[in-house]
Amino acid sequence: MVDEVRAGASGEAENTPTEPPRAGIAIHGGGAGDRIYSVVITVFALAVPALLLLIFAVVTNAAWPALKTFGFGFLTSSDWDPVNDVYGAAPALYGTLVSSFLALIIATPLALGVAIFLSEFAPPWLRRPVAFLVDLLAAIPSVVYGLWGIFVLIPILRSYVMPFLRDTLHLGATPFFSGPAYGPSMLAAGVILAIMILPYISAVSREVLMAVPRSQREAALALGATRWEMLWGAAIPFARSGIAGGVILGLGRALGETMAVTMVIGNRQEIAASLLAPGYTMASLIANQFTEATSDLNLSALMAVGFVLFVVTLIVNAGARWLVWRTSREAGI
Amino acid sequence: MPVSDANALLGAGDTALASPAPRMEVRGLDAFFGKVHAVKDVSMAIPEHRVTAIIGPSGCGKSTFLRTLNRMHETIPTAYIRGTVHLDGEDIYAPGVDAVSVRRHVGMVFQRPTAFPTMSIRGNVAAGLGVLRAVGERFDVEERVEEALRRAALWDEVKDRLDASALGLSGGQQQRLCIARALAMEPGVLLLDEPTASLDPISTEKVEALVHQLRDGVTVVIVTHNMEQAARVSDQTAFFLHGEMVELSPTSDLFTRPRDSRTEAYITGRFG
Repeated sequence: MVDEVRAGASGEAENTPTEPPRAGIAIHGGGAGDRIYSVVITVFALAVPALLLLIFAVVTNAAWPALKTFGFGFLTSSDWDPVNDVYGAAPALYGTLVSSFLALIIATPLALGVAIFLSEFAPPWLRRPVAFLVDLLAAIPSVVYGLWGIFVLIPILRSYVMPFLRDTLHLGATPFFSGPAYGPSMLAAGVILAIMILPYISAVSREVLMAVPRSQREAALALGATRWEMLWGAAIPFARSGIAGGVILGLGRALGETMAVTMVIGNRQEIAASLLAPGYTMASLIANQFTEATSDLNLSALMAVGFVLFVVTLIVNAGARWLVWRTSREAGI
Repeated sequence: MPVSDANALLGAGDTALASPAPRMEVRGLDAFFGKVHAVKDVSMAIPEHRVTAIIGPSGCGKSTFLRTLNRMHETIPTAYIRGTVHLDGEDIYAPGVDAVSVRRHVGMVFQRPTAFPTMSIRGNVAAGLGVLRAVGERFDVEERVEEALRRAALWDEVKDRLDASALGLSGGQQQRLCIARALAMEPGVLLLDEPTASLDPISTEKVEALVHQLRDGVTVVIVTHNMEQAARVSDQTAFFLHGEMVELSPTSDLFTRPRDSRTEAYITGRFG
């Protein structure tokens, strides 16, 4: 009834019949209002997937000329030559995947550590401020991360971290840390992405850890487990599918992140095994070149990069979700 | 089951186990949650190889009292106790005594089954054994698991699916699994906190039969809402009211000729 009154007052549902007289329990009243309400919310609910499909259709359509011209070679070729109208997105595809996974490798243990500290060990007076500050990392604009990356992170990486990894730890002997340390690099992109996705993974992990029922924790403690054993034996296994969900959320952010990565990755169209070498990502490629795209095929190639990014994000998300679904189904939760 | 049947059952037990030494002894115990005084000045001897039941209305402090016996009480922030609890002559609250090691010797099963959902049946029973190995005990895990499941009267039902998820078991089976998990640690004392409160009558019957069998190998303290259950499974019963222990008597006496008028009022259903 209240809904009807409100709808009538705001003038959105003029067809609403006048309120039936209140006689006992209304078992057949309010039918029209309910129908209008359900139609409206159904439209809202369907609008979102429809929008997704529309974007996918437009991108696919615009990418079609380039995909038709270069075929599967678009994914394997490293040539990106607007002068000769030849395009291949392999370095950008490689860079997107490597920088995102690098970010996950760095961010996941840190974020989990933060979440465990905040949910299990932090004294109550410290819990809120620290959680708030960690969450605040997500509020910093991407371009500010980029600037910080250029003026703070890259000099530190170039002067200390890269020489340390390459020479002091002798990792330069492997292809992954060999070559000169310019600064702008896959490593810089991975580190900046790690900082950017950390609050997402940490916030989700913290929430799911705090949601582990007290009974599960007590069951472990009653078996003579220490807090640490209780945490790893009962709480984290119970929360693991939620934690995996947080990691997926972070991965999704990392795959699509554009501005900060563009500013620190070096933007070079070349696949290099070394993390010290510059690279490219699909998002950076599109952002850098859209204004300069001259030919129709060039534009279409950029759309095709967008299409590939779209598909990669979809596959990674679907795969990760399937993984979560499978582990939680095995566990029966 | 009428009370008289229970008495017949208990009579046999009483003669077989004449005046055993106290396994646990509680003296002048007060338990608090911050300013709330939940258990008031309770003293009780818990004899070996006997089942001690604790009954009383909701909020009478019986669960809190039980949780002081394995130092689970103090895992709640602001909770603390005064008084002493001795296990085999040793004060478990003495300085230098590790609460974690107390809990290895005094097992506990909760109101709702708390099977670990990500573990198999075998994994659940073996869940605490890693802790024992860490302190230097040596044993065969498979043997321990089988023995614990047999003692919990669950072996025949699960022996063919030890690697299946524990959540595939019924509520009653899960509760016996939790008992098996506690027994695998080979505790001297087993605390049961309303173990049948969330179970159907048939599962309840199985758990009760099990409790009665268990006392040969372990000292049992059971908190229960259900007076018939206390009458069926226990050798001595304590009645708690408003945080105080009103009466502690042999079970047959408490239910047939209670010494305190409040006990009588409670067991005859006048309140609670």
